[in-house]
Amino acid sequence: MQKMLISALLFSLLVGGSVQAQTLQIEGSTTVGPIADAFAEYFKRVYPDLNITVKKTGSGDGAAALADGRCDIATMSRFMKDKEFKDAVGNGVYPVAHVVAMDGVCVVVHPSNPVGALTTAQIRDIYAGKITNWSQVGGPSMPIVVISRDTSSGTYETFDEIVMAKQPMGPGVEYVNANPQAHARVKTTQGAIGYVGIGFLDREVKAIMVDQVAPNRQTIASGVYPVARPLFLFTNGYPKLGSMVHRFCAFYLTEKGQELVEAKGFVPLTAY
Amino acid sequence: MESRGLTLTLGPSDDRRRPLALTPREDLLGFIGSYLGRAVLFLITGTSVLAVLLILLFVILRSVPFLRDFGVGEFLTSRAWRPTADEPVFGALTLIVGSLYVSIAALLFAVPVGILAAVFLSDIVSWKIRNVAKPVVEILAAIPSVAYGFFAVLVLAPWMQRRFGFSTGTNALNASVILAIMALPTIISVAEDAISALGRELREASYSLGATRLETMTKVVIPAAHSGIIAAVVLGMMRAIGETMVVWMASGNATQIPHPWWDLSQSIRTMTATIAGEMGEAPEGGAHRSALFAVGVVLLLMTFVLNIVSEYFLSRAKKAAGKS
Repeated sequence: MQKMLISALLFSLLVGGSVQAQTLQIEGSTTVGPIADAFAEYFKRVYPDLNITVKKTGSGDGAAALADGRCDIATMSRFMKDKEFKDAVGNGVYPVAHVVAMDGVCVVVHPSNPVGALTTAQIRDIYAGKITNWSQVGGPSMPIVVISRDTSSGTYETFDEIVMAKQPMGPGVEYVNANPQAHARVKTTQGAIGYVGIGFLDREVKAIMVDQVAPNRQTIASGVYPVARPLFLFTNGYPKLGSMVHRFCAFYLTEKGQELVEAKGFVPLTAY
Repeated sequence: MESRGLTLTLGPSDDRRRPLALTPREDLLGFIGSYLGRAVLFLITGTSVLAVLLILLFVILRSVPFLRDFGVGEFLTSRAWRPTADEPVFGALTLIVGSLYVSIAALLFAVPVGILAAVFLSDIVSWKIRNVAKPVVEILAAIPSVAYGFFAVLVLAPWMQRRFGFSTGTNALNASVILAIMALPTIISVAEDAISALGRELREASYSLGATRLETMTKVVIPAAHSGIIAAVVLGMMRAIGETMVVWMASGNATQIPHPWWDLSQSIRTMTATIAGEMGEAPEGGAHRSALFAVGVVLLLMTFVLNIVSEYFLSRAKKAAGKS
C-alpha cells in the first residue's frame, strides 16, 4: 500500500514537472454561468491538464475582473458599459466581445392566472406601481405581486433598459437575488409577475406574450421577442489563434458547443 | 496501528507540596514568567480590540466621501433607494425603518415566549429536564440562518398566502417570525441565567407570606430579575437586527415603509439585506459602494448603542445577583 502511494506520488511529481499546467480563469455573470460551466466541464475532459475555474459573481464583477487582469474571460449577460471600457483600457486591457448565445428575458405569471399577454407599456406600468391589480389588465380582481431581480443583476439591467426604459420601479417591488428564486416566488404566489431567463421556463410558471410575441427559440434567436439579449464572453484583445482562450471562445460554434448551449436552455446563434 | 491513550493526571499535582517561599532563582523565573504571560495576554487582547477599531475606522472612512457629497440629511430622510438609476438616489430611511420594523416585531413574538420558557426552565421543571432542555434550545442558535431562510421561502411563505390570504408570503411577518425563532435561544438562555441566579430565599420568603406560585413568579421573581431579562431582550434584538441571510430571503426586499404601519403582510427591506445583496456588483470606487458602507455605519452605530444598553443591564443583573 505504502509503496503504491510513494510510486504514485513520484509519478505525479514527474508528470507534473514535465507538463506545464495551463490555467483558464473565467469570471462574471450568473446567467452565463451555466454555459461557462458546461464548456469548462467539456474542456476538462478533453484537456485533462487544463486548470479551469468558473466564478459566478455577476456581470459587473466580470468586467472589473477582466480590467484588473484577474481573469482570462469575463462572462457577461449585457454589453460592457462605457465606464467599464474606459477602466479596462486605462489598465491596458482591450475588451473584445464574443456573442455565444441569445437569452430571452421571459415575463412569467402564476399558471392559474388567465392573463396571457401584456404589452411592454403595461408591464412597465405594473413595475412602476401604476397598475396594481390584475383586473386593470383584463385579469381577475387580485393585487399584483411584482417580483424583480435585484438591481445588481444583468437580467435586471436588460429588463430595466428594454421594458422599463429606465423609468424607476415602484416601492412595492420585491427583489430576489437569483433566477431560481424568482421562479420559486412566481410558482408559489397566485398574484405574482416576474421575469426569468428562458432557461428557467417550465410548466410551473406561465410565460406570457409580450407585445403579442411568445418567447420561444425562434422569436428570441431572431430578435423578434422584445426582451431578447445576447450573452457575451469578453476577452483581452482577440484571443491568439490556437490558444486555450481562443478555443474556449470559439467552442460555441461547434456542434458540441451548440448542443451544450441548448441543453442549458439558451438559444444558440448557429444553425446546424 | 497502535494507539496509545494520553495519560492524564487528575487531582492535586505535586505543586501542592512545594513550600510557599520561593528560592531567589525561582522568584526571578516566576517574575519573568508572569510578565511574559501578561505581555502575551495583552498582545492577544490588544489585537482583538485593534481589529474592532480598524473595522470601525475602515467602514467609517469608506462612507465619508459619499456622505459629504450626498448629504447626511438626505441619506437619512429620503425614502427612494435607486442605486443603479442614471441619476442614483440613496435614501436609506426605508432600510433603517425596515430593520427596526422586523426586529421589533420579532421581539414582540419572541419576548413573551422567551420569558415564559425561561421561567419554565428555571422554576418549574426539574433540574434533570432543564439540563437537557436548555442545551437543546441553545442548539436552535446553531442552525445556519440560510436553512431558516429556505424554510421561510419554501414552507412558511406559501403557507401564509394560503392560510391568511396574503398577496405575498415573503413579507415583514415572515421575516419577523423566523427572526423571533432565531432570537429565542439567546433570550431564553440569558433570561434563564438571570432568573436562576436569584437566591432561594427570595422565593421562600414569598411562599411563606402565602403567595401562590403564579404570584411569586409575576410579582417577585420576574421583577427581581428584570435587569437580566432586559439584557436578554436587548441581546435578542441585536441578533435580530444584525441577521442578514434570513431577512434577505424572507422579507421580500421591497423598499417601502408599510402603509398602514401595522400591516405586517407587506414586504420590507432591511439594511443588512441591502448590503449583502448589492455589495457584489456595486463597482469599487463608485457612489453605490460607499452608500452601502454608509448603511453599514448606521447599522454599526445601532448595534453599538444596543450593546452598551445590554452591557449596562447585564452588569446591573450581576450586581443584583451578587447582593441576594
